[in-house]
Amino acid sequence: METIHTLQEFMLHTKNIIYILMVLALLGMPAFWRFLNGRDED
Amino acid sequence: MTQESTPTTSRYLTPFNVVAGIVVVVGLIITVLRFTGGLSTVTHLSDDNPWGIWIGFDLLVGVALAAGGYVTSAAVYIFGMKRFHAAVRPAILTGFLGYALVVLALHYDVGRPWRLPYPFLVSQGTTSLLFEVAACVALYLTVLFIEFSPAAMEWLGLKRARGLVVKLTLLLTIFGVMLSTLHQSSLGALFLIAPAKLHPLWYSSYIPIYFFITSIIAGLSMVIFESGLSHKFFKEKMDEEHLAGKNVVMLGFGKAAAWVLAGYFFIKVIGIAADNQWHYLATGYGAWYLVELLGFVALPAFMYAVGVREKNTTIIRWTAAWTVLGIVVNRFNICLVAFNWYLPSDQRYFPHWMEIGISVFIVTIGVLAFRFIVTRMPILYAHPDYEAH
Repeated sequence: METIHTLQEFMLHTKNIIYILMVLALLGMPAFWRFLNGRDED
Repeated sequence: MTQESTPTTSRYLTPFNVVAGIVVVVGLIITVLRFTGGLSTVTHLSDDNPWGIWIGFDLLVGVALAAGGYVTSAAVYIFGMKRFHAAVRPAILTGFLGYALVVLALHYDVGRPWRLPYPFLVSQGTTSLLFEVAACVALYLTVLFIEFSPAAMEWLGLKRARGLVVKLTLLLTIFGVMLSTLHQSSLGALFLIAPAKLHPLWYSSYIPIYFFITSIIAGLSMVIFESGLSHKFFKEKMDEEHLAGKNVVMLGFGKAAAWVLAGYFFIKVIGIAADNQWHYLATGYGAWYLVELLGFVALPAFMYAVGVREKNTTIIRWTAAWTVLGIVVNRFNICLVAFNWYLPSDQRYFPHWMEIGISVFIVTIGVLAFRFIVTRMPILYAHPDYEAH
């Protein structure tokens, strides 16, 4: 892992990961909703 | 005379009543010791650990699990989900008793019960989160009492008073949601003052949001859990609406709980990312944190979803019990396990048996009060002389 020296580097590092997690959440939540309601639609 | 009294005596001498009676007697003895000998007589509290299980369990868990009142009444009266109407009165009663017992438990921790009104009348600490919590709990307990009162009024035959209170239902529901949003989150915000004392995995600037969201999960799960127990032990008290509404409530609340748990899981992971605390996951505390996150958040989210998909109320009921346990684990972790985590083990807190005794005593009083009320008042059935509201 690269060393973090400044607040700018810390924010860049954490925000990068949060953006990736948000993409996963945006994909994961609708998928979970479909799983939750799957039998209702059948 | 002897022949007549024997069946009555045996009716009261059930295993539950005997155990509850012993717990109440022991609880009363500890109560006398606490209020005559002080905290040191019955607790292991210290300057390092001023908050024990009376706060961690009785207050933090009690308030979270009493959230079913505002969750259910909001669903029915604000969002118009009338199909859950049968769950409102039991949920309001559970909430009312929960908050009443929280206030009772607080007396054991704080002492000097006659000073309860001091925060409002004598020394207002309006910049303190505890002042906000005290104000909200006092107001919300009053709201819950008024919301519960129509059932008592129907039992007592107070038709006019009942008619007046019923007109306030929507107003009280909105007020209850506002107060709950404020104090459920503020209980989490109390820990914002101790970033160095709380383990970094549990500490987050989002902790008020975590507490509020977990209160919704606790409320939904507690309604399912309580509904399952009521159907088992008070089935003869239920009318058609309550018997038929069991599955509707379990499936509806189970679906909501699955969805909220999934959202909570994501924001917890994002919370770790925001503070860059990943490296702590490889430690012993990290393993315990993962047990909480995966075992008591991700697993119940999945199990609720499976139960709802399969329309299997047994899975939903067991998942609700597991989730309620998860709320207990979460509040214990924040208040006790991860608090003062850096202290050597000999300076850590472990409750005195009499502290546990008081907590069991208070839960027992709650169960006895719940049984007393549902066996007498129209909680699990609609009173034939009154129109539903």
